[in-house]
Amino acid sequence: MIITIASGKGGTGKTTLSTNLACFLRKDTQLLDCDVEEPNAHLFLDIEWDTKETVKTVIPEVDEDRCSHCGECGEICQFKAIAPLESTVLVFPELCHSCGGCFLVCPEDALREGLREIGVIEVGHFNTTEFVHGKLRIGEAMAPPLIKKVKEKIQPGKIAILDAPPGTSCPVVNTMMDSDYIVLVTEPTPFGLHDLKLAVGLTKKLNIPCGIVINRYGVGDTRVEQWAQAQGIPILLKIPFDRKVAEIYAEGKLLAEELPEWAEMMRDLMAKIQNQLGKGSF
Amino acid sequence: MKIAVSAQGKDLDASVDPRFGRAPYFIIVDPDTMEYEAVDNKQSLNLPQGAGVQAAMNVINREAKILLTGNCGPKAFKTLKAAGVDVITGVKGTVKEAVEKFKRGEYKVASGPSVQSHWS
Repeated sequence: MIITIASGKGGTGKTTLSTNLACFLRKDTQLLDCDVEEPNAHLFLDIEWDTKETVKTVIPEVDEDRCSHCGECGEICQFKAIAPLESTVLVFPELCHSCGGCFLVCPEDALREGLREIGVIEVGHFNTTEFVHGKLRIGEAMAPPLIKKVKEKIQPGKIAILDAPPGTSCPVVNTMMDSDYIVLVTEPTPFGLHDLKLAVGLTKKLNIPCGIVINRYGVGDTRVEQWAQAQGIPILLKIPFDRKVAEIYAEGKLLAEELPEWAEMMRDLMAKIQNQLGKGSF
Repeated sequence: MKIAVSAQGKDLDASVDPRFGRAPYFIIVDPDTMEYEAVDNKQSLNLPQGAGVQAAMNVINREAKILLTGNCGPKAFKTLKAAGVDVITGVKGTVKEAVEKFKRGEYKVASGPSVQSHWS
């Protein structure tokens, strides 16, 4: 079962929830930090690293001798990564999404597969839980290909917790895809509600059931709850706004290990998710 | 020889657009007769990325040999150079004024891009 922890608004508590949920589950669990642009889940865990691999993506290289300058590659490329001119063909590797379209349409077989390094994947473990994260190469703009590689480490039969990047753009879509359930972490503020609506819209487009966790409960107002009720989206958990939580987080410790009520909260969260999945989507 | 000018409107009285890749129009002008044609740059405007490269292709396909614009980034510059288009940046005023200034030899061809890439 794949559970993605996402948010819309950044800084609502995705990593806090992901790490604590994985710590609570322990057995047959994987935690995958899919925020490859700034992975941070490892900071809260005592990880023993096992493997590290470089990830490369395919880009076109032009064989000028074969090229007839027909321009087909430039026509199909939606990202303008290849510019066929009369005298030469320019390739801009940093714009290439590795879709492979140019290879398919080239009538002269004039394109060869070149490689571009996009980042690394590190695999390790804490307790009995497997940990995976990707680190995007500095200066690299394309997160989705690396996220897909991180997700290739998902093992069927285990519970995979995916810590998503913030927002609702391509990296988040790529993280959410193929999930069985999405937990949306928000805060009870107008900003939290605004971005929550966008995130819920995305889960609906992907047709994946979701539920809401309200973090820092007690600050702000009740509009998130009212909206969720009106939409028929379950509120899975309310995490009280508590100085103790901030202190433990600031020390890089896990709440599920320090506060007994957190184990209870995580158990309750998992029960609600399983219950909702048993009944089908909302 | 034709001149391309990045423009905010469709005629010679339109203001020069300071952006190259995401300018709404290019005015393609014959400097001898001042006859012109407006080219819609909508295709580049709607791109999530690579607008500079697409805009450069639009200019190249209209067989312009000179580009007058405000700013030009590295990928657009490289594409234009490869097709033999001279780029002049820092151009202001109306399209007509810009072409007249060019004819009087008041501009210098840029040796490189005037702004940095959005991607690095």
